[in-house]
Amino acid sequence: MATLIEPVVIDQMTPIPFKVRTVREELSHTFTLELEPPDGEFHFEPGQFTMVYAFGIGEVPISISSSASEKSSLQQTIRRTGAVTHALGTVIPGRHHVGIRGPYGTPWPMKQARGRDLLIIGGGIGLAPLRPAIYHALENRDDYERVVVLYGTRTPDDILFETELRRWGDRDDITTLITVDAADRGWYGAVGVVTRLIGRVGFDPSNTTAMVCGPEIMMTVTAERLMEGYAMAPENIYVTMERNMKCGIGVCGHCQFGEKFICVDGAVFPYTEVGHLFDIKGV
Amino acid sequence: MDIDGLMTTLGEQSFFEELQPEQMVVLASTAEEVEYGGGIEIFDEGGHADAAYLIVEGAVALELHVAHRAHHIVQTLHEGEVLGWGWLFPPHRWSFSARTLEPTRVVRFDAAQLRAAWEADYELGYEMVKRFAQVMTSRLAATRLQLVDFYGNAH
Repeated sequence: MATLIEPVVIDQMTPIPFKVRTVREELSHTFTLELEPPDGEFHFEPGQFTMVYAFGIGEVPISISSSASEKSSLQQTIRRTGAVTHALGTVIPGRHHVGIRGPYGTPWPMKQARGRDLLIIGGGIGLAPLRPAIYHALENRDDYERVVVLYGTRTPDDILFETELRRWGDRDDITTLITVDAADRGWYGAVGVVTRLIGRVGFDPSNTTAMVCGPEIMMTVTAERLMEGYAMAPENIYVTMERNMKCGIGVCGHCQFGEKFICVDGAVFPYTEVGHLFDIKGV
Repeated sequence: MDIDGLMTTLGEQSFFEELQPEQMVVLASTAEEVEYGGGIEIFDEGGHADAAYLIVEGAVALELHVAHRAHHIVQTLHEGEVLGWGWLFPPHRWSFSARTLEPTRVVRFDAAQLRAAWEADYELGYEMVKRFAQVMTSRLAATRLQLVDFYGNAH
């Protein structure tokens, strides 16, 4: 048995060096690395993630935040939370490399959602894994009916990709609303949780695919609101999960979530597959 | 705006869905339509709550004045949402200030007349209190979520 899987595992466990092209500070603790694939091209689907290796420090799973149609570079948006992510934030463009394994995981259901309304709901840095889906929808605009992006974050200073959100907000073919939890005078946008935005946009719940990404509490509350308030079927609501992914290929078991391995069964799941697990403490 | 116009406006709002025409007449008879420019204070925290509002168009920020800090926006309300329930219970004081974020059109209900109408017609009063309670529950739930770190530690 070992002889069957061992060569594959060794190959998939080897990071490939990608040159760092740019480092862009997005927020006070969040930055985006733009990486250059060594063979000139990198293929992935919206919603997939990679294992990003800071050489000599360690490896972390990071969602891809760039457009899948832009194959000559790869963007990964990262929050500084520990030793590896802090180290990744110190790389020097044009000089340093980071290791990449992947892409891994399941994608957002962009093909299945064709001909339907798209309701894309992000919370905090959860907008990063959704951005490739938004790019895809805009690049293939005729494939979808209404496209709605709802984004919630803590304060006006915590709005990720704000310039792009504002740009999308100016377009006629996509509805974009932003809300924050707290603000002082000077902020003229919405204040309140992101679920309060749902009632302000038009979509057909019977013909909508929702893609939701944020902390688990935010995804749970949002999915419940869509199901209870708008009678959306749970199989049309997709969430993306994060657990402590280590191998990325379903071998180590670090990312087990109930009967699922997030890295290979997800990270994007229909709510029908994981919704019941949100209710179990300790899972 | 005359009472027919007000009834039409109210009839378009989900908050008043499925009320009987005669109940709508009672409610509309206590109401008037008011327009505000942007940045106008509709009512002030601690002030006498003498009216209920329904936002027909525009946006309103609920603000809390915190000493030594700027006015803190607690929540914003938008088209189709009711504004304020301090008028419903003694001591009839506003807990927040309400300020328009943009030109805003509201229906303003006279609180004393509204309370009197509900006292006179318990069926209408009970129905309206249920609707306000639902709004309060929903806003309280949303506020609780704002208190937890709703957007922290994701991806």
